[in-house]
Amino acid sequence: MSLYLAFKEIWRNRGRFLLFSLVVGLITMLVLFIAGLASGLSAANREYLSDLDAQLIVYQENSDYLINASRLPMDKAPGLRRLPGVQEVGAIALTNASVWPADGAEAFDITLIGVEPGKPGEPSVRAGQGLRGTRSREAIIDKRIAEEFGLEPGDSLTIKSTQGTREEFFSLTVAGVADRQDYLFLPSVIVPYRTWERIRPQETPPQSDAPFIPNVFAVKLQPGADVAQVQASILRTVPKVIAADVQTAIESIPGYSVQQSTLNTQRFFTLLIGVLVLGGFFQIQTLQKIGQIGMLKAIGAANRTVAGASLWQIAIVTSLGVGLGGLVTFLLTLGIPPEVPLQLTGVTIATTTLLLLVIGPLAGMVSIRMAGRVDPLTAIGQ
Amino acid sequence: MIPMLKPVVETAELEKRYGDAASPIRALAGVDLTVHPGEFVAVVGPSGSGKTTLLSTLATLLTPTSGKIIVAGEDLGSLSESERTVFRRSKIGFTFQSNNLVPYLTARENVELMLRLNGTLNKQTRPLAGELLDRLGLGDRLKSYPNQLSGGQQQRVAIARALVHSPELVLADEPTASLDTERAHQVVETFASLIHEQGRAGIMVTHDLRMVRYVDRVVRMEDGQVADILSDPGAIEALAEGAPMPVSIPAPLEALAA
Repeated sequence: MSLYLAFKEIWRNRGRFLLFSLVVGLITMLVLFIAGLASGLSAANREYLSDLDAQLIVYQENSDYLINASRLPMDKAPGLRRLPGVQEVGAIALTNASVWPADGAEAFDITLIGVEPGKPGEPSVRAGQGLRGTRSREAIIDKRIAEEFGLEPGDSLTIKSTQGTREEFFSLTVAGVADRQDYLFLPSVIVPYRTWERIRPQETPPQSDAPFIPNVFAVKLQPGADVAQVQASILRTVPKVIAADVQTAIESIPGYSVQQSTLNTQRFFTLLIGVLVLGGFFQIQTLQKIGQIGMLKAIGAANRTVAGASLWQIAIVTSLGVGLGGLVTFLLTLGIPPEVPLQLTGVTIATTTLLLLVIGPLAGMVSIRMAGRVDPLTAIGQ
Repeated sequence: MIPMLKPVVETAELEKRYGDAASPIRALAGVDLTVHPGEFVAVVGPSGSGKTTLLSTLATLLTPTSGKIIVAGEDLGSLSESERTVFRRSKIGFTFQSNNLVPYLTARENVELMLRLNGTLNKQTRPLAGELLDRLGLGDRLKSYPNQLSGGQQQRVAIARALVHSPELVLADEPTASLDTERAHQVVETFASLIHEQGRAGIMVTHDLRMVRYVDRVVRMEDGQVADILSDPGAIEALAEGAPMPVSIPAPLEALAA
């Protein structure tokens, strides 16, 4: 009975209800896009870090967990490696450089990362192989660079870097291609650490055997080891360092927390707008129908039939809108170029869609209760 | 009008009081009313006389404060909320002053609504809506929506809806409000015929005295009580033509018999 009434009313006023579904659809798209943006921006900021095969990052003390502010000597590594629970330690150094495309187009900014081949810090590759020597002129590039320049393992890549007063170009061979390894919004090129030391931009021309000074160490724990315990023992035994788990490291990236909380606030407010719009619409609808609802009750329709019809309408309109919005959003994301930091996984779409589907009826609760409370007496004696 | 049959409506000293004990408002101050099957009664009186309250109480939309009220064999005072809803939709047919029809259902669907609500819409009952509407002269408007029908047509659809489920009591609240004279006569005349044909008990609350010519009895209310009852056809006809209401009979309850 409730469904019958709900459907008949929607059908008779299908233009109006379709329009409203459209509004719900647009709100859905907005929420999804912001969610995708939050994910994408977050990833673009820290993908490299979260992809690390390590559980702790060791920084110089007083660096405040800022990778750029941290410099550690290589001789810290043995001390770290000896600690119980530690499986392997890898040095990591990061700097900015650019990729110089073969066809003379504009230079492409990247993060140049120096790692110890085979140790934590070197990402696993999807195509090709990992790095071999410590000073070989080879690199692992991330998916974004591979797609941007159409590069495959075996191809050549030119890194441009300013050393002293000159612009130097270094040719590297692509050893392997990894998943996206964005750091601070730039794609990454990962090279062996001695190569990194040789080719990185610096104020003075490099000496041939300048010492390699990494920014941080990535510490991989043995399976089953307790992160907090190892962290505590690092602080106790190794002098002049601080250690953080990967999540803390990510959150310490400058601007990361602010960015994420801004986006989360936007998401929350967009959902709030959605609730208010949905709720408001159905409220107005119900208010206009009070006379009709009173009449239905006076001829013997039960409260729950009338309230049920309201609920069905809200459910139908919300489902249609959210479904449409989700579908359109999904189709749009298929056509988005990789530079745009938008990441919408199936999981995100599914959870957001479910959330909105629940919010619809919740928002309509007020009007549903209103419908239930209309006094049939109002139908008599105008 | 068959007085020997058990009455459909029987009230005795029916009272409806509002407010506190200190200064109660007596919407109904002791109403005795009996209506038999096939009898069409008009309830008239000024605003505040209690006629709307009486209608609402008969329709189980109001509970009486005291007194007896038996409709279609049920003691309305003892019904629970859900029992009243079921009673209302199966034993009572109702037409209203406005908002008579559901705007998003066609004429036919509006009539069928009563059957749907009662869960009695099936192969046998399906033709009923069409037949009734046809009888009321709306056979070609079955698929029209209320906003495509005139006021008189809407009122007639409402009458069909009030009868399709064979209720024992049919109530009409000001059925001719917002109708012009010709339509008003048409509607009430049809109403009366169907009530007589189908042997229902019908009660019409109206302030339009011209319409009483179609009824079997006129009950005049004043201050929550029955002030007069007219059963003589001549007197009713005279009232319909504009004669003043006859002087009150000393005892408030005259013959409850016809």
